[in-house]
Amino acid sequence: MEFFSFTDPNVRMVTLGSMLLGASAALVGCFTFLRQRALVGDAIAHAVLPGVCIAFLVSGDKNPWVLLIGAVIAGWVSLIAMDFITNRSKLKTDTAIGAVLSVFFGFGILLLTAIQHSGAANQAGLDKFLFGKAASMNQQDIITFSSVACFLLLLIFAFFKAFKLVSFDPDFARVIGLPVRVLEFLLSTITVLAVATGIQAVGVVLMAALLITPAAAARFWTERIQVMMLLATFFGIASGFFGSYVSYVAPSMPTGPWIVMLLSAIALISILLAPRRGLLARTRLQRNNARKMRTENILKTFYALGESTTNWQQGFTTLALQEKRAFQPAKLKRGISHLRRKGLIERNKEGLFQLTPSGFTESQRVVRLHRLWELYLSERMNMAADHVHNTAEAIEHILTPEVEQALLEELGHPIQDPHQSIIPYQSKRK
Amino acid sequence: MSLTAVEIHNLTVTYDRRPVLWDIDFSLPAGHLIGVVGPNGSGKTTLLKSIMQLIPSSSGYIRLFDQPLEEVRHRISYVPQRESVDWDFPVSVRQVVRMGRYRRGNLLRRLSAQDKALADHAIEQVGMTAFADRQISQLSGGQQQRVFIARSLAQEADLYFMDEPFAGVDAASEDAILKLLSSMKEAGKTVVIVHHDLQTARSFFDWMVLLNTRLIKAGVTKEVFTSQNLQEAYGGQLTILSQVSDLVQEKDFPIREKQYRDKP
Ligand SMILES: Nc1ncnc2c1ncn2[C@@H]1O[C@H](COP(=O)(O)OP(=O)(O)OP(=O)(O)O)[C@@H](O)[C@H]1O
Ligand SMILES: [Mg+2]
Repeated sequence: MEFFSFTDPNVRMVTLGSMLLGASAALVGCFTFLRQRALVGDAIAHAVLPGVCIAFLVSGDKNPWVLLIGAVIAGWVSLIAMDFITNRSKLKTDTAIGAVLSVFFGFGILLLTAIQHSGAANQAGLDKFLFGKAASMNQQDIITFSSVACFLLLLIFAFFKAFKLVSFDPDFARVIGLPVRVLEFLLSTITVLAVATGIQAVGVVLMAALLITPAAAARFWTERIQVMMLLATFFGIASGFFGSYVSYVAPSMPTGPWIVMLLSAIALISILLAPRRGLLARTRLQRNNARKMRTENILKTFYALGESTTNWQQGFTTLALQEKRAFQPAKLKRGISHLRRKGLIERNKEGLFQLTPSGFTESQRVVRLHRLWELYLSERMNMAADHVHNTAEAIEHILTPEVEQALLEELGHPIQDPHQSIIPYQSKRK
Repeated sequence: MSLTAVEIHNLTVTYDRRPVLWDIDFSLPAGHLIGVVGPNGSGKTTLLKSIMQLIPSSSGYIRLFDQPLEEVRHRISYVPQRESVDWDFPVSVRQVVRMGRYRRGNLLRRLSAQDKALADHAIEQVGMTAFADRQISQLSGGQQQRVFIARSLAQEADLYFMDEPFAGVDAASEDAILKLLSSMKEAGKTVVIVHHDLQTARSFFDWMVLLNTRLIKAGVTKEVFTSQNLQEAYGGQLTILSQVSDLVQEKDFPIREKQYRDKP
């Protein structure tokens, strides 16, 4: 593929520029995300459109610096407008944000349409601000926006500590005498700047995705802010790269939607696969818990069946197990084959199921925990003997060896549970 | 003679023009453990916030160690109510406590080894060393509270304001923290604590401020903790005051002339 050879200097420039834009937007977006200002970011993104249009109308020129200044001013006016509405009226914040977003964006579309119909020379390409077109950046654009992006990266690097504190606990920052207003002004300004440069690649409509999605996706993978910002930057770089690629292979396509598709895929993967916070990890944990409970209950039932005759070396049918405890047949079957694979249960000569020596030890452990916990509940928490069983049913499966040890010491290695059943300790099978 | 740590004159604070602190006037001596007590919504949090200048006051002025806050910031520490921050923020216990060492002057630099050691020592003092690298959302409410206290200790201030630092803290940790605060008192520090539990307040504090929108009484615990004062603070005698508050809000009435604002 010609794109990946990067022999064309123009392709190189566009790719590098897009990656920088993606990185700076994602990095700035981390603070927008952590301060829970995603909606404000979206409003700013939409609000810069009239700024760009007015800058063009006034200067009659597509000089990137002029357009950038227009965008930044419009972004700032929108921020002030949102603040003003929330402070001075009884409207809720989200209402104010929504109002500002639609008014500014509507006005921007109006201006854009007017410009396109005016037949002004060199107006062509202004509509790329709607959905973005990375490849349409010329050399001057790229230099301009890349230097702004680099400036943002440096600023975040320098002010990282302060931004972190202001995002986490602004009151505390104020109390220790940090210039919180200045810092918040800086944070808002870098958001506006990141938006104003990022729209080159994704356009105003989808800019919020480039700002917020990398941070939101990165949050799933880590509990540490530094790691989160690194990951988000990486996602931003990837989307910039992808955007310029699409823009190059399909010149008639806007790049924004493609970048957003990639970002959504990253977010989706994060939601599903991230360790601990991800959906899959959580369901797997729950499934493992359910299986552990089931197999331990089967072992306990074997123990109970043997207990009546104190002979644990006999085999039982699944029916006998089911009579003792209401298992769902399919789940019982799955549980038994799992236990057989782990060598805790075996099939004897008569074709019946019975505990192996290690299975017996394990069943003793489960029963011991159950009875110890029952005893603890009734002795230390004064629960009635006929109430403790159900509580112990659930808790016995999560007690660790450390807790077991503590229970044994606390209760003085007891012999009987509240129902006068023997508490089994490690012993050879009779 | 004892130094005055906090001096408050004619402080009035309004939310949306509704007065929630009305003409508060008291001073607190340095070197004591001082409790601020009053029913829910009596303005305790508001009092601390206006001392820290986090919310504007309509009138009155406040002096700390006989100076305005701006001059003595480095000697003051503030522990907000736990609910005031997002505990899902991706930082560790250690990172939060180190924030106690942030200053205007070291904002753009890394913390010094001494700053880091102070933070670690503060973590140890509240018994959170085992959790130092945990993310703060994976802590219990009481542990989160202890993180805030550690951050405050790391500041090495002379005057501490703490908003319900014992909320959700178990009895054992409460004891330990209280011992810590008492030893700070011995060292001449002043600790002002908003506290909810009347039972324990009496034994915790040697000074007390009893509050319910207006000041009921500030003084030595023995004098403040009389059944008459408590009845006045907690009994339902505020109906007239709250009626007037409503009126003020409704009529958009200025609660005090503007020029009264600062020290005469
Ligand atoms: N941001 C706010 N806007 C409007 N009213 C407020 C605000 N914060 C507090 N109030 C009101 O001010 C009054 C005093 O509140 P404050 O939080 O100071 O009480 P408190 O004594 O700390 O109560 P608690 O014991 O529940 O913490 C209350 O009536 C409350 O409704
Ligand atoms: Mg309060």
